[in-house]
Amino acid sequence: MSNEFRTSKAGVRLNRDKKIAFKFDGNIYHGFEGDTLASALIANGVKLMGRSFKYHRPRGCLTAGSEEPNAIVELRTGANREPNTRATMIEIFDGLEAHSQNRFPSLKFDIQSVNQLLSPFLTAGFYYKTFMWPASFWEPVYEKFIRRSAGLGKAATEPDPDTYEHAHLHCDILIVGAGPSGLAAAKSAAGSGARVVIAEEQSDVGGMVSSELDQIDGVSAISWCQKTLAELSTHQNVTFMPRTVVFGYYDHNVMAALERVTDHLLEPEQDQPRQRLWTIRAKQVILACGSQERPLVFDNNDLPGVMLSSATRAFAERYAALPGKRIVISTNNDDAYCTAEVLKNYGVEIIAIIDARTNMTTKMQRLEDMGVRVLTGAIPQKAHGWQQVSGLSVQSVSGEFIEKINCDCVAVSGGFSADVHLASQTGAAPIWDDDLQSFVPAKPIRAECSVGAGHGSFGLADCLFEGHQAGVGVAELLGFKAEETKPPAADKVELYTISSVWRCPGAGKAFVDFQNDVTAKDIALSAQEGFISVEHTKRYTTLGMATDQGKTSNVNGLALLAAARGEAIEKVGTTRFRPPYSPVAIGAFAGRERGLEFQPTRRTALHECGEKLGAVFVEAGQWLRPQYYPKPGEDIMAAIYREAKQVRDTAGICDVSTLGKIEIFGADAAEFLNRLYINGWKMLAPGKARYGVMLREDGYVFDDGTTSRLADDHFLMTTTTANAGRVLAHMEHASQVLWPELDIHFCSATEQWCGVAVAGPNARKILAGAFGDALDISNDALPFMGVKTFNWLGTTARIFRISFSGELAFEVNVPWSSGENMWNAIWEVGQEHGLIPYGTEALSVLRIEKGHVAGNELDGRTTVADMGLGKMMSSKKEFIGKALSQREGMMSNDRATLVGLKLKDANERLRGGAHLFESRQGANSETDLGWVTSVADSPAINGWIALAYVKGGLDEHEGKTLYAVNPLYGEAPAVEVCSPHFFDAKGERLHV
Amino acid sequence: MHQINCPWCGKRDEAEFQYQGDASVKRPEPDASQDEFFNYVYMRDNPKGWHTEWWHHIGGCRQWIKVVRNTITHEIHATGGPQDDLELPKADVK
Repeated sequence: MSNEFRTSKAGVRLNRDKKIAFKFDGNIYHGFEGDTLASALIANGVKLMGRSFKYHRPRGCLTAGSEEPNAIVELRTGANREPNTRATMIEIFDGLEAHSQNRFPSLKFDIQSVNQLLSPFLTAGFYYKTFMWPASFWEPVYEKFIRRSAGLGKAATEPDPDTYEHAHLHCDILIVGAGPSGLAAAKSAAGSGARVVIAEEQSDVGGMVSSELDQIDGVSAISWCQKTLAELSTHQNVTFMPRTVVFGYYDHNVMAALERVTDHLLEPEQDQPRQRLWTIRAKQVILACGSQERPLVFDNNDLPGVMLSSATRAFAERYAALPGKRIVISTNNDDAYCTAEVLKNYGVEIIAIIDARTNMTTKMQRLEDMGVRVLTGAIPQKAHGWQQVSGLSVQSVSGEFIEKINCDCVAVSGGFSADVHLASQTGAAPIWDDDLQSFVPAKPIRAECSVGAGHGSFGLADCLFEGHQAGVGVAELLGFKAEETKPPAADKVELYTISSVWRCPGAGKAFVDFQNDVTAKDIALSAQEGFISVEHTKRYTTLGMATDQGKTSNVNGLALLAAARGEAIEKVGTTRFRPPYSPVAIGAFAGRERGLEFQPTRRTALHECGEKLGAVFVEAGQWLRPQYYPKPGEDIMAAIYREAKQVRDTAGICDVSTLGKIEIFGADAAEFLNRLYINGWKMLAPGKARYGVMLREDGYVFDDGTTSRLADDHFLMTTTTANAGRVLAHMEHASQVLWPELDIHFCSATEQWCGVAVAGPNARKILAGAFGDALDISNDALPFMGVKTFNWLGTTARIFRISFSGELAFEVNVPWSSGENMWNAIWEVGQEHGLIPYGTEALSVLRIEKGHVAGNELDGRTTVADMGLGKMMSSKKEFIGKALSQREGMMSNDRATLVGLKLKDANERLRGGAHLFESRQGANSETDLGWVTSVADSPAINGWIALAYVKGGLDEHEGKTLYAVNPLYGEAPAVEVCSPHFFDAKGERLHV
Repeated sequence: MHQINCPWCGKRDEAEFQYQGDASVKRPEPDASQDEFFNYVYMRDNPKGWHTEWWHHIGGCRQWIKVVRNTITHEIHATGGPQDDLELPKADVK
């Protein structure tokens, strides 16, 4: 195809030296650098760009900007495929592939366009009324049908290969919009030295000014804009951000903006993200967001070729793309005359201008003098054509048919709406201005102001003056002194007059919301059925709920609702404006925080030691811990069994660095621990460790661990891996808020100390060998629960005679940087003594055999008595959680308490999460006795064992048979209730 | 996104803090009744307007700080340490 709709004049955004080839629906087209997909297609004579959402009607582009509701296309292919992008916002590049959406098998022949024939049934509330019953049809039938017929584009099914970035920006003044108002504001503020940022959604400055007709300070408006930008770029305190849409106005003057960094390139340049999500903190904001033109509501107003008047002009001026050769213009205000004049200059035939107003204006007169036919008091009746417009029937304002005019484009203007989105997002509801027939921003409630068309000042002269004044005023508000300059001057001052006709009479389909296929009839129906609140109408009809946020439809919709209610528009009000102003890809919100970058991965000092020995790692919070160490040909269960067995036979070594470690200093350290833990700490001698349990203030168990007294005023607390952060915060609350008078200091030392547990009958031999003669760890020198600090190869080390496994065991801590040395020293000696590495799974088997509780048992609903540790609780002192732990329900006898379970039939197995019943039959919540928390295939007991909570506990059930019902697996094995201390209940193996 | 003026660190982004709830409740004395503890742990007002809250500067100095914040406008009137008595503004919303 040729660029037969490309004029050789104009095209301020085009670089005609650079020709670009791209594909749309498989056909190759050409455009120039600077073209949008929409402008390039228009230049190629392509008007049909998509099918509509509900009725699958043919659609072309309605606008030239980000408010586009019709020309929604799918970009690129494969993993890069991106649905629902606006053709008017996509800058073309060599190799771009775009596809139309919502059509099958092709855009021109779409099967579902028969939906139009069903349209009497597809009115507002259709889904609510039709898919009501039977309820069982919802998921299998209705939902599938709705999904297939509703969805627009298809999302890529592969992970997004592009990168997105988050960035922060602080400035004195943020100016949103680089049209004449925004640039005038920037110009006057720049000289003051304030830090100014200008964000512009489009790729270039200028906004809606016409390069043909408007003049500023004696030059064409667009040259003034470009010249001003060039001047601004010499100021170091001014930053211009093109292709950056400010989409959200949040509390504390925080603005969210999306920068399309490399969307206009085939592939992002190296190290460049595709898009950048900005958080901008501005002391003051100047909103120069401009205005949006409204379509007219008449029959078939959605035919390709019916386009907003300002858009036809923008396509011609910015991109030299002519939307038609024989145009009818239909308007209710003066702006469309500017369009007529511009298009005429480019050789477009203006067949007629239809104006709803009855009085002649000077502009009308001027066009008539130029030989253009002007019909006053006339409005459109119906657009004609199949897949694009071929003519327009015209009627009088009172509804009498006048004539049919043939044409290939209808430029429409229903007036302008100030773009009040961002101003309204602050919470200041916009106000209806009856003269302008537009909502305008209310009095600001944040540090912001609106200027220019966004403020309801539609004349260029007013825009420039307001912008200039705001720049000076805001800079002074912030304590900067602006240089005295004259405001830029427009060549003429124009009055904006408008006479709205909200629904041009007709019986056919007249669209209000093009993207969601909401017609004038739907809005009338909504009101008729009682959904008269604007928020209800919106939800019932889906008016304004598409990705365009109703930019072209809201005011028309509100006006029609007001008419149906017989009230004024200001009575109806608007729906609430919410971010985002325009669609933002989820990838931009995720930024770089995806996959492994979602959160930090914490590795211990011994990670590589584990890797070398073939460890399989498991995530424990952010940590990676060795889960088990499989030998060749060994599965997970076999590896766990072997590891657990060998620890009890010879010895094992386990990385325990991830346990939370908190060092506590101060004269009141013991008192502080007394108030945190349920048991006493004052009598604990230096060089001794003790097991402690702490409660939450509500009386339930919070965490447990071993805490050692290293000196009179120095303790080392350990916490569970998962609770390390929470315990620290809890202690900070206690020391800063509850008891600031206590003399204590503490800090986390988890990542300062690398720790290993060495457990098993050979543990002492191995450690004695590894640490040499300097350290005496005989039973006399270091008895059970003893602690020693020693010097090892010039660093401080700590050894604790504590045991989670029930074996003779030690934990050794050395500084993180010495961790690997320690592991290697122990490993080397251990080879003669049967030392193996063991992971978290074997650790768990060993502790279950001993009946020690862990995370599975401490689920936040457990009392100390439930765990069988009620006797630990001191009655002689105060501690957090004491008062509420004495509540009736928490002391009651029918609580589920900790028991052990043994599997009776060796052919079955146990699983965590099973619930316990007296019979396999009639298992329900009434007969439920409790649940299984942890299970193990135990080498020491030679069979499956479990820890469980059972109502009535051992007292009622010891020796009885219960059934561990697991409906997920269809299992209900018989189990015998026993003491949770399965192995070495007397603890003889600990004290050797 | 709020900016919270930490008395120790200065103005910092909300992301550095963890919200910790109502700071107007005070832990009862150890010998207080169970009911008093019950109220302290569970009962909270849900005020519309000015409110004193705990924010924990977990990504900074790790101090618990008091913040007087408006639950409607999100304005922050004052911040202080745990022992400071912060007055609520008389006027409801600026």
